Amino acid sequence: MTMTEIISHPLTKLVLGLVLILVFVGVNGLILVWMERKVVGFIQRRPGPYEVGPHGILQSLVDGVKLIAKQLVTPRGADRFLFWLAPMLSVTPVVICFLPIPFSPGLTAMDVNLGLLLILAFSGINVLALCAAGWGSNNKYALIGAARAVSQSVAYEIPLLLSVLCIAFQTGSLSLSAVAEGQSRGLLSWNLWVQPLAFVIFFISATAETNRAPFDLPEAESELTAGFHTEYSGMGFGLFFLAEYTYMIVVCSVATALFLGAHDGPFLPGPWWFVLKVYALILALMWFRWTFPRVRFDQLLNLCWKWLIPLGLANLLATALVLKLGE
Amino acid sequence: MPGLAKTIKGLWSLIVGLGVTGVEFFRPQLTVHYPRKEVDNLATYRGHIDLVARDDDPLTPRCIVCRKCVAACPSGCIAIESRLVGAEPGGDARELSLAPGLIVTGSHAAPPPRQKIRREVAAFHLNYNLCSLCGLCVQTCPVQSLAFSREAYLCGSSRADFEFELLERLRRRAPAGGQRAA
Amino acid sequence: MGFNWLSEPRGDYYTRHFVPTPEAEGDRLILNLGPQHPSTHGVLRVVVEMDGEYIMKAEPVLGYIHRMQEKMGEVKTWRQYLPNMGRVDYLHALAWNWAYVGAVEKLAGIEVPPRAEYIRVITCELNRISSHLLWWGAYLLDLGAFTPILYAFADRERIMDILQMVTGSRLTYCYYRFGGVSADLGEGFIQATRDFLKQFKTRIPMFHDLVTGNMILRGRCEQIGVLPLEMARRYGATGPVLRGSGLAYDTRRAEPYSVYPSLDFQVPVGVNGDAMDRYDVRLAEMTQSIAIIEQALEAMPDGPHINPDVHERLKPPAGEVYYAVEGGRGKIGVHLISDGGPRPYRVKLRSPSFCNLQLFAELAQGTLLADAVSILGSLDLVIPEIDR
Repeated sequence: MTMTEIISHPLTKLVLGLVLILVFVGVNGLILVWMERKVVGFIQRRPGPYEVGPHGILQSLVDGVKLIAKQLVTPRGADRFLFWLAPMLSVTPVVICFLPIPFSPGLTAMDVNLGLLLILAFSGINVLALCAAGWGSNNKYALIGAARAVSQSVAYEIPLLLSVLCIAFQTGSLSLSAVAEGQSRGLLSWNLWVQPLAFVIFFISATAETNRAPFDLPEAESELTAGFHTEYSGMGFGLFFLAEYTYMIVVCSVATALFLGAHDGPFLPGPWWFVLKVYALILALMWFRWTFPRVRFDQLLNLCWKWLIPLGLANLLATALVLKLGE
Repeated sequence: MPGLAKTIKGLWSLIVGLGVTGVEFFRPQLTVHYPRKEVDNLATYRGHIDLVARDDDPLTPRCIVCRKCVAACPSGCIAIESRLVGAEPGGDARELSLAPGLIVTGSHAAPPPRQKIRREVAAFHLNYNLCSLCGLCVQTCPVQSLAFSREAYLCGSSRADFEFELLERLRRRAPAGGQRAA
Repeated sequence: MGFNWLSEPRGDYYTRHFVPTPEAEGDRLILNLGPQHPSTHGVLRVVVEMDGEYIMKAEPVLGYIHRMQEKMGEVKTWRQYLPNMGRVDYLHALAWNWAYVGAVEKLAGIEVPPRAEYIRVITCELNRISSHLLWWGAYLLDLGAFTPILYAFADRERIMDILQMVTGSRLTYCYYRFGGVSADLGEGFIQATRDFLKQFKTRIPMFHDLVTGNMILRGRCEQIGVLPLEMARRYGATGPVLRGSGLAYDTRRAEPYSVYPSLDFQVPVGVNGDAMDRYDVRLAEMTQSIAIIEQALEAMPDGPHINPDVHERLKPPAGEVYYAVEGGRGKIGVHLISDGGPRPYRVKLRSPSFCNLQLFAELAQGTLLADAVSILGSLDLVIPEIDR
């Protein structure tokens, strides 16, 4: 086997992609935490992190170091195995979710033709992690948080799938690259204009899936102190934190790839456009979080079962009908 | 369709809320970056009490040791040590250095009051640990010998750091080379 | 291992003596909300029995910051007890100042110069606005909105700056004295107050835009913690909690004191008695306070700010007196008994938060945990005032 063969081997590409993704995840986590704190600072008319590095840019790095250096405490009576499995289970699948994301036509770690399915399947593991964390902590608040997390994730996966299915019907493919390819002919070719309702449903469900405010019930701190991660300190907490921010990137990337024309855009090269759109969506998520109060749990489920799922179903039916008639 | 109208109104309220935070995002910050800038209201801050010097002598407090402030203080922060001072005809101060309160002026043990004898502060102890800054002592003082300081940035690592001797503070505050005015 | 904490009957007196509801089955959860919990705003503890997310029974546990304020009154002289009043309810300290000072003045027959009465009205109402602002922010924090509290604090800081000009402190004021106030209002104070009121009037619509109309907030407050008037009466609730249930009982009107009868203001009331009504009442009260301050600034006469004839070692004649003022949380009452000596014989403080808290056990029954947090917030409790 020659050198070229090794480099062009799919396995090499996969390993290289995974390493790059890990770097991307880590760096993005740091940037996003800093960005969120800056955004909330500006919204609340204060500077946000300011002291470490110019405009506090190194703050999240220092916080990360602090978290790593902290003692790992297992609460008495906790299920040691589940307790420490949970944070790892929360972070690991995220990395795989990045594999099929089309940053640009050539820049995809692994172009799977079932890319969408892969992302949805692996992001579903996160709820297992939250459940394990809540159950293993031997803490009542954590248990309630875990119960909330499970019912919330299960409920919101349905509208999420329904809205994704609309796009899949339309393009006839579950490969994100193919979906992105279909929208690369300028602004008007974006799926957003064809499927605005699906986009709204997707975005709301994604907010709920990532446990972001106003749907952050599993960790609602005024009710459950910190929800499922009440007992975690140090890097156990850090990993959950990292996972939350990484899931934000994943869902925003998927939204970008499905609805916002992926890497399509003038002047700049494709990947830049992609990242720009992802960050714009994340900014919107942050804006929501720091503006709205938290919904109550039954309201959250009502929104899902009474509004999003019927609307999603209707949208899916309409899409199927239009496609069939158009043939 | 009142339900639908209500929903649309509700959704609009969410956009209005986003508008408010969106506008605030671009407005100037209100935070005062402390070590670089200071708040502008320190002039009205009321810190611990300080002795006020006599108009003619920056080293001597106005205090006449009536101990009204000691009695007024709810927390017992103040303790005053005093000494008796009698002025000779020449005007020199003659210290009697009697234990305060031990010998009552005019009693058979004390020298006869040939001239005006008055009490003077020997030490004015303030235990700032206990003080609740109510200001009753300042209000009570009949000669306005107590005033609030503007010390907003006090810090210390032990309780002893907040046990002040106010006479000493007064002497330190006095203009350099402060002598008794002629 | 030795000590097996899982099988050991644990918990303190209150958890061990907490009687679950009779029909309770095995899968009920006994949960301690507090004493360290983000939504109790202080060291309040509520033992709740939960069936899933539903609260079957709630029982407040008090006394974590009991400071013996009433007993302290018996060992201090009449005047020395003044600074304690700022520390009972630190959010509306001046109302407590007023209640005590007013009681002693009534007992000893001390006359208060008219200017001092107006100064008291102005500063107390400013303090009421700042108290309501803090409640507003903290309540929304309970409901998961983080930003309003910072906006509320921006305005509250300005009020504290203004009050600092005359009182010298920012939170635990000790400003009122027997027969007046400790310092006169200067031109700077009056100008700053006018400026603040002008600016604050433009802020209130912003608060409404950001929060009051918000669909999510309405969902969290409307029809939550409905307090029937009969029940409010039964528990002795006062203040915005009572007025939210529809009874226009305001001590400033019901038992007029100081110069309030000459001032024109409304007493806002609610209709349903739910958390939203209590919210609306408090926001409307801020507007009313603005009106009161503006009128008082206009009407304030010149003259002395304190009655100079009050003796330092005050010895009110033997007797009893009760004096009540309207605080941010309700009716603040001070009951004094004097035996003619230099110290009060007995001090009884009626704190509105104490009565309002008792409502919680009944209101929270059968609600969701999230609603219970909303109800607890809407009662606007100040924990040091409960424990005293």
